[in-house]
Amino acid sequence: MSLMALRERLNVLVNSMFLEGLLDQQFRQLQMLQDASSPGFVAEVITLFCEDSERMLTELTKLLDQAVVDYQKVDAYVHQLKGSSSSVGAQNVKLACIQFKQFCEENNKEGCLSALNMVKHQYYSLRSKFDTMLQLEQRIQAYDSEQQN
Amino acid sequence: MAVGGKRRWWWKRRAAVVAGVTIAVSVWVGSHCYFRRENMAKAEEALVSMCEERARMIQDQFAVSVNHVHALAILISTFYYQKQPPALDQETFAYYTAKTAFERPLLNGVAYAERIIHSQREIFETRQGWTIMTMKREPSPMQDEYAPVIYSQETVSYIEAIDMMSGEEDRENILRARATGKAVLTKPFRLLESNHLGVVLTFPVYRSGLPEDATVEQRVEATAGYLGGAFDVESLVENLLRQLAGNQDITINVYDITNASEPLIMYGPQIPEGYMPLSHVSMLDFGDPFRKHQMHCSRYREKPPLPLSAITTPFGIFVIIMLGGYIVFAAKNHYDNVKEDCRKMEELKVQAEAADFLATVSHEIRTPMNGVLGMLDMLLDTDLNLTQKDYAQTAQVCGKALISLINEVLDRAKIEAGKLEIEAVPFDLRSILDDVISLFSSKSREKGIELAVFVSDKVPEVVTGDPGRFRQIITNLVGNSVKFTERGHIFVQVHLADNSDLGADEKVHSGLNGLSRSEKVQIMSDCTFDTLSGFEAADTRNNWENFKLLLSDEMCLQEASTSDKEPDIVTLIVSVEDTGIGIPLRAQDRVFTPFMQADSSTSRNYGGTGIGLSITKCLVELMGGQINFISRPNVGSTFTFTAVFKRCNKDAIADTKRTLSEALPTGFKGMKAFIVDGKPVRNAVTRYHLKRLGIAVEVANTVKMMLNSLTRQNSNFRTGRQPYIILIEKDSWYTGMDVYLHNQLLMLKQNDCVLELPKVILLVTCEYDKMSSGSLVDTVIIKPLRASTVAACLQQVLGMEKQQKKELSNGPTNLRNLLAGKNILVVDDNKVNLRVAASALKKYGATVECAESGKDALSLLQLPHKFDACFMDVQMPEMDGFEATRQIRLMESKANEQISNGGASRGEDSMIVEWHLPILAMTADVIQATYEECLKCGMDGYVSKPFEEQQLFQAVAKFLVSKPSSDS
Repeated sequence: MSLMALRERLNVLVNSMFLEGLLDQQFRQLQMLQDASSPGFVAEVITLFCEDSERMLTELTKLLDQAVVDYQKVDAYVHQLKGSSSSVGAQNVKLACIQFKQFCEENNKEGCLSALNMVKHQYYSLRSKFDTMLQLEQRIQAYDSEQQN
Repeated sequence: MAVGGKRRWWWKRRAAVVAGVTIAVSVWVGSHCYFRRENMAKAEEALVSMCEERARMIQDQFAVSVNHVHALAILISTFYYQKQPPALDQETFAYYTAKTAFERPLLNGVAYAERIIHSQREIFETRQGWTIMTMKREPSPMQDEYAPVIYSQETVSYIEAIDMMSGEEDRENILRARATGKAVLTKPFRLLESNHLGVVLTFPVYRSGLPEDATVEQRVEATAGYLGGAFDVESLVENLLRQLAGNQDITINVYDITNASEPLIMYGPQIPEGYMPLSHVSMLDFGDPFRKHQMHCSRYREKPPLPLSAITTPFGIFVIIMLGGYIVFAAKNHYDNVKEDCRKMEELKVQAEAADFLATVSHEIRTPMNGVLGMLDMLLDTDLNLTQKDYAQTAQVCGKALISLINEVLDRAKIEAGKLEIEAVPFDLRSILDDVISLFSSKSREKGIELAVFVSDKVPEVVTGDPGRFRQIITNLVGNSVKFTERGHIFVQVHLADNSDLGADEKVHSGLNGLSRSEKVQIMSDCTFDTLSGFEAADTRNNWENFKLLLSDEMCLQEASTSDKEPDIVTLIVSVEDTGIGIPLRAQDRVFTPFMQADSSTSRNYGGTGIGLSITKCLVELMGGQINFISRPNVGSTFTFTAVFKRCNKDAIADTKRTLSEALPTGFKGMKAFIVDGKPVRNAVTRYHLKRLGIAVEVANTVKMMLNSLTRQNSNFRTGRQPYIILIEKDSWYTGMDVYLHNQLLMLKQNDCVLELPKVILLVTCEYDKMSSGSLVDTVIIKPLRASTVAACLQQVLGMEKQQKKELSNGPTNLRNLLAGKNILVVDDNKVNLRVAASALKKYGATVECAESGKDALSLLQLPHKFDACFMDVQMPEMDGFEATRQIRLMESKANEQISNGGASRGEDSMIVEWHLPILAMTADVIQATYEECLKCGMDGYVSKPFEEQQLFQAVAKFLVSKPSSDS
């Protein structure tokens, strides 16, 4: 596949993610931050985000599994998750986190559980797209480095 | 509605007060009358009883006396006639009567007269030893019979031997008495001795053997004599009454009413006195059936005094009712007030809720909007053609307007909650007006209406005030005008207040010395009215004559007063004139009432809530001005408001200009332009914009005049080194003009009148006109005119684009300048955030170090350190941003103390007088409380997360620009 085609596919993917509301303007900002000096910036951030999010989702699941839920801890994790998702521009995850936070403030366990599911759902649907995106990016970068060499 | 309601409420209240007082007064009057009547009735009752009592007493006393006289008569008949010889003589009679006088208190005395037939007279006279006398004490003439007194009580002994039949009254009495056999009375007359009113009682004495049912003849036949006594009614009644209580209150008259039409007074004053309305009549029966007597009692010699209770009790009731009414009234008032307060509270609550909601929502809207704006910024940095650039700029301006609108919506909530504050920052009024104009440019182009701004040269470039509110006012007014105008123009003018007044005053003289006759005539022939578009405007003060005066006035003022000390306060008059549908006369007085549009069909046709003008009014008043308007239906409206600003000092002007994002390019200084425009107001506007770019302007009414003048001028002077620009208005243009003009200009060039072919720019009001421009026009500017638009056009035409691009992109460049080479520490526990923030800062050339917790940051910031600034996340586990900042500040203050004590001197850092690391909070929710907490713990400011270029620049510029070493 040619570089142009790869770029095209990446563009289509990103645009569709925008259209679906998975991403917001912040992601565009990220893309803008990626330039010659930091070629893998977006990929790096995405990877970071994914690692971070998965860790936190595991923690959250554990916390909510317990009989007595420590809502403060839950809130701290959700806040983190919200912060990183808004930094990445993961709009749906962020919105789900906002709802999660509300349930958390109300100490509503059922709400929290359903919100956690929602966050997970949003995260994983985003994650699959991100995976595709990262693959495309890698291939583009591979092309780039080939050309440079 | 509020006014009407208030008035109605006031009337209701008034009616209630009046009704209450009326009820109280009527109750007072009613009860007073009742008490009075009751009092009268009581008085009458008392009078009746008193009267009856007296009447009965008199009657009883009388009856007792009469009975006793009757007994005397029996005594006489028994002892005088039935004893032979008679057992009674004068002595015995006198003695007996004197002794029994107490039995007859009403009688002066009694006397007995014997019936003597004339035939017996001589025998009788001889037996008695005296002759019968008449009342006049003369020997009685011969009569049929006589009634000489033979026995008499001592008190009346003077009547002895007098013939009772000789007195008219007595004779009648005697005849009546013997006929009836009962006591009879005379009518009242003056008694002989006492001259008192009195009556005489006569009682017949019969010989024995008269049957009970005897006829009159039998009675006359059996009559032996007559017993008589005089009642001294007057003194006796008086004696009697004296014994009774309440004499002072009552006057008594006793009448003999035998002759009903002519009552004869027996007792009492001749003319009745006292308070007549209250009187009572009692019948008196003195035992004489022939005579009838009456007693008149009138209560009170004077009008009976009103009892105190008749006044005090009603008054008390009155007071009670008034108090009661007042209590009810006050309670109702209180209830109303409480209800009103409650309603207000509810409203405030709703407003507060709305305000909270707006604050939250606006944040959520702002974040994505910033993305849009950022993208547009980027887009504008790329190579765009003129149209694309215009579109992008318009989109950007609209986006910015949306952001400001959100703030304005917040303000509206604040105004309604009464919590609006007016800022005081230096700003460029002209660029704000340009912004507003561009906001409405697409609409005005669509409708083909002229939209123009003119700011008087006298208005300072930079003033101190609240640009946001000013923009809001102008936007509201222009927005309204655009909405309601389908043809003609919308014209925004700004003048100095005192200047404008001057112009208005001198308007009268304008006909005499203002304009030359010919010019005026020409103007009049060109267009119907001397306004911007030629359409009539509602406020005639804005026509050309006046406008021109203002302009000329300005010029001479400027010349005269450049050295004058200018006042601190600048009062501006801003007018927004349109030629729209106007405001119906009946709606004009409620234009500034919230939610009140001209009529209900307005919102159907034009949309909007109608709150805009009320907010505008609030804002104008907050800014110390006034707003009013002149409007004529189907002609247009002119809204005029005054605004008070402070003049800026020179440094502030320079400062503001530097930070103003959209500074006008300066590359046009010294250029010359020709405006071909027949409409004086319009060409003044064009001139205004060109002047702002530093372009010298000449004006011609037609193309021909322009060409003439061009020829003349240049053949005379030949100084035209600079490129020439010709701006031609659409209505001086016709198809084929381009060729003609081009040829003419070519000719001029050949004739050496101009060095270069002048650029021809056509000014049109709508897209459609662009088509007819022809091919030989260099460019077309679609109005509304803005200095920046004109500049962009000129740059394109004159090939100066590169220069412009550089100037336009100075926002990010500045940020780059600020941040390049800086060491910046970013602290955030969230790796993703950290990475993004770091790379964003790196993009502007900063060297970034990261720390993932407050503790790491602290260890990195151990003094001395190399950082120029620190971006700190607020919410972090273990040690949050606030706490970390506090510790950093603590550390710094310790170090500073040491420095000031001279304890430590470090080689390279010795130039740093004090340690103070700028710390900026990074926070996702930009709310006031967070900001205040930031400042409280020693932070220098905050930036929203994720970064927004403009805000980042503003926040960073505060501390980084001041260090001279930072500009690299």
